[in-house]
Amino acid sequence: MANIFNLHVGFLRDGLSLFFVSTILLISLPSATYSLGYLKGHYSKGKIIYNWVLFVLFIISMLLVVTVNNALVFLICWESMSLISYFLVIFDEKSEKSISAGTVYVVMTHIGTAFIIAAFLILYNHAGSFDFNVLRINADTLSAGARNLVFLFLLIGFGTKAGIVPLHIWLPLAHPQAPSHISSLMSGVMIKTAIYGIIRFVICILGVSSLWWGNLILVLAAISCIVGVICALMEHDLKKLLAYHSVENIGIILLGLGVSMIFLKLNLPVLAVFSLAAGLYHLINHAIFKGLLFLCAGSVYKATGTRDIEKLGGLIKKMPYTSAAFLVGAVAISALPPLNGFVSEWLTFQAFFQGALSTTAGMKVFLSLSAAALALTSGLAAACFVKAFGVTFLAMPRSAKAREAVEVSFSMKVSMCFLGILTFVFGLGCVIIFKNLVVVSKNVLGLETLNVNFSLNNFILITANNSTVSLPAVALVLVLCVIATAILLFVLAGARKARQYDTWDCGYYNLGARNEYSATAFSKPFRVAFSFFLLPYRKTEKIRESFYHVKTFKYETFTTPIFRKYIYAPLLGGIFGLARFMRRLQPGSIHLYISYIFITIIALIVFMKKF
Amino acid sequence: MTEITLSILQVVIIMAIAPLVSGVITKIKNNLRFRSGQSIFQPYRNLKKLFLKEEVISKHVSWIFMVTPFIVLASSVAASLVVPVFIVLTKTQQLGDLLLLVFLFSLGRFFLALAALDTASAFAGMGSSREMFISAFTEAVAILSIFAICLNLGTTNLAAVNLYTIRLPTIIAAISLFMVILAETSRIPIDNPETHLELTMIHEAMVLEYSGRSLALIELASYIKQVVFFSLIGTILMPAFLSNGLLRNFTVFSAYLAKLFALCVLVSFIEVHLAKMRLFRTVDFFSFSFVLALVAIILAALGV
Repeated sequence: MANIFNLHVGFLRDGLSLFFVSTILLISLPSATYSLGYLKGHYSKGKIIYNWVLFVLFIISMLLVVTVNNALVFLICWESMSLISYFLVIFDEKSEKSISAGTVYVVMTHIGTAFIIAAFLILYNHAGSFDFNVLRINADTLSAGARNLVFLFLLIGFGTKAGIVPLHIWLPLAHPQAPSHISSLMSGVMIKTAIYGIIRFVICILGVSSLWWGNLILVLAAISCIVGVICALMEHDLKKLLAYHSVENIGIILLGLGVSMIFLKLNLPVLAVFSLAAGLYHLINHAIFKGLLFLCAGSVYKATGTRDIEKLGGLIKKMPYTSAAFLVGAVAISALPPLNGFVSEWLTFQAFFQGALSTTAGMKVFLSLSAAALALTSGLAAACFVKAFGVTFLAMPRSAKAREAVEVSFSMKVSMCFLGILTFVFGLGCVIIFKNLVVVSKNVLGLETLNVNFSLNNFILITANNSTVSLPAVALVLVLCVIATAILLFVLAGARKARQYDTWDCGYYNLGARNEYSATAFSKPFRVAFSFFLLPYRKTEKIRESFYHVKTFKYETFTTPIFRKYIYAPLLGGIFGLARFMRRLQPGSIHLYISYIFITIIALIVFMKKF
Repeated sequence: MTEITLSILQVVIIMAIAPLVSGVITKIKNNLRFRSGQSIFQPYRNLKKLFLKEEVISKHVSWIFMVTPFIVLASSVAASLVVPVFIVLTKTQQLGDLLLLVFLFSLGRFFLALAALDTASAFAGMGSSREMFISAFTEAVAILSIFAICLNLGTTNLAAVNLYTIRLPTIIAAISLFMVILAETSRIPIDNPETHLELTMIHEAMVLEYSGRSLALIELASYIKQVVFFSLIGTILMPAFLSNGLLRNFTVFSAYLAKLFALCVLVSFIEVHLAKMRLFRTVDFFSFSFVLALVAIILAALGV
């Protein structure tokens, strides 16, 4: 027992830790600047100071999580990160929603932590120390069953934090409730610490020992992608929609990670390095564009006081900066060239493709199907962001709040702008960034000496089998085309002749905001096509003046939250049932309690005698 | 330098013949219905008319509506650089691969769908919703069939296409890709390019508010998109007629035109003989093409 407390805590300075530290700092900087403007006017002075204390502690705890080299200290930091983020989720403690979201969050995160503790205890029991190095050295001699158990515990534990389906239910509740700069940190960075955990403990310390580990992660990742994006399509709360996209993007990151584990096991080290680097690339990209989108959503909330996109619209004319920033984020997250989201998805596709070229038949089909899942996801994500951007920012305002919106303050604009520029930097400078990530990835997999040849120069990404993409060139072509078209049009057809008129209204007159296509209508085809998963139902209510005349007609449509209804609700019901049953043991009768004591003593005497 | 010149030449040729392809399809369709039909050069006249015409712009629109035609055209032009149409340009085709092609068209569609919502018109919104719905499925099927084709090719870059031999999976995947292309180019049975009935239209509904030169740019972009996809199918199925260097002779070019013509005839036959599907039945259509692509993948994996 003595050496538990004999801690030699040091800090890791390897590529993986540095990568996560830089990701955390990259997002917390704009987030801090943003909060200057965001908190002002919204909260009291004391509340703002409270926020800053929590904010700083939150970032320090995340930095510690990704740098400490001792599993026990890791757990302490992990737990403090969870608790601080809980206090940030219930920051608006007056709202009932925040409290219930916070409760779900704190329960789920502790279930996760319990699994992580269990995994660590198994490792500790074997190695006799919590030090990462000792754990790593001793992990080799762990029995196969124990390894699998540790892997599953780690996957459940970290998967809860990351928001892998079906452990994701807390994520769309908790992330939107926090103030927006915190949402951007939680979605952008905090859930990534779980990815760090998986990489550090499964790949670095435990070592990938079975093929099914990678397969399992790949399947879970593909499910998370598709479920996340479909739920996001149905969501009309702007921040909740973004939170569901975090589930989707965690899935994409894990696709890279899972396929890397498969390649590692199949003895394809070059591909393993490539895929892990692709996953890490998507991780940092997601941090950037999700951070950006949450900040924009916060600006919309600050300006209009609502997050329901059905009540918004027309903000592009009132809030030009916020809408441009949101558009950049939307293009990036929909994986459209030439922004950063495209690069990492392209790399992930290439990882699958190269894998499909060099593995056996069954694996070829499996990897191709995973790629198809990724393609479906990015198509649905594009649809979702057409909805989110189009309904929130375009056309006519749908409520008085949206009509009266004004652009947000300078500090908020600056931070959105900073992240917006980063999406371009990480898109156009993809080769340089990917080269560095390959170094990190080699370091993680312990393959420093491996020669990974993927690029001839700094402008073209070239994979081992000559698949290429050159985003700077694509951007150049696009810009040149736009300019050339504009000039040619001017020269050949003269100046633009245009007049303003109403939108075509089929001969009716005075079409207003009520006639616009709404988010519910936009997502209708998806609701029908995925009805086997969403189980939609509707409620209609007619209020009649007389038999012939219906005065008002109320129509609402819902989707069934199947994970909560069919997994968590029965589980919770069972636990409460058990608790009610156990309550019978404590009816409050002192006679019964004395008899308990008596029985216990008898039992103890018998026990002591026997052994 | 010559490569860049040739690429620009390729783009110019594609832009020049793109309206003609559309005209030819309309002509063949009309002839199949025993009508004489409009001239095959009618799309050029339409474009000219639109370019010179005054625009009517809705009061509600923002800058998104204004820049969209340019972005849509630029993405189509960039996509036309990726496919080796009649010359294999190893250097300039490093610009991107087939995945880039898919995502470039997504870029154009993304902005077109936004511009549709920008007009505050219910019809345009309807078109936008439907288009994004269909495109989500086409993207998945397209990637899977591209995977099947590229497993044979060994790379996702088409510059290697003149060195490969066609196998059975390639042909099956090409059929699946062709079904995707029918959807992507707004053809029957997914969409009807001729319809102006608001309740059924998809692509046309999205561009309902466009007029004048903006509409001309969007029309030109969709003509180019069609030719790029036709060229892609032609290149994959008949790579033998690709020239490896300069445009040495006339045969390469006429072989290319012949490929396009064959596809025009095929598309016209399909359009004349099929009816448009209900929106939700398109899911079945894509399921079928998805299964075809999957079969192609399995066959390729088995080494057929």
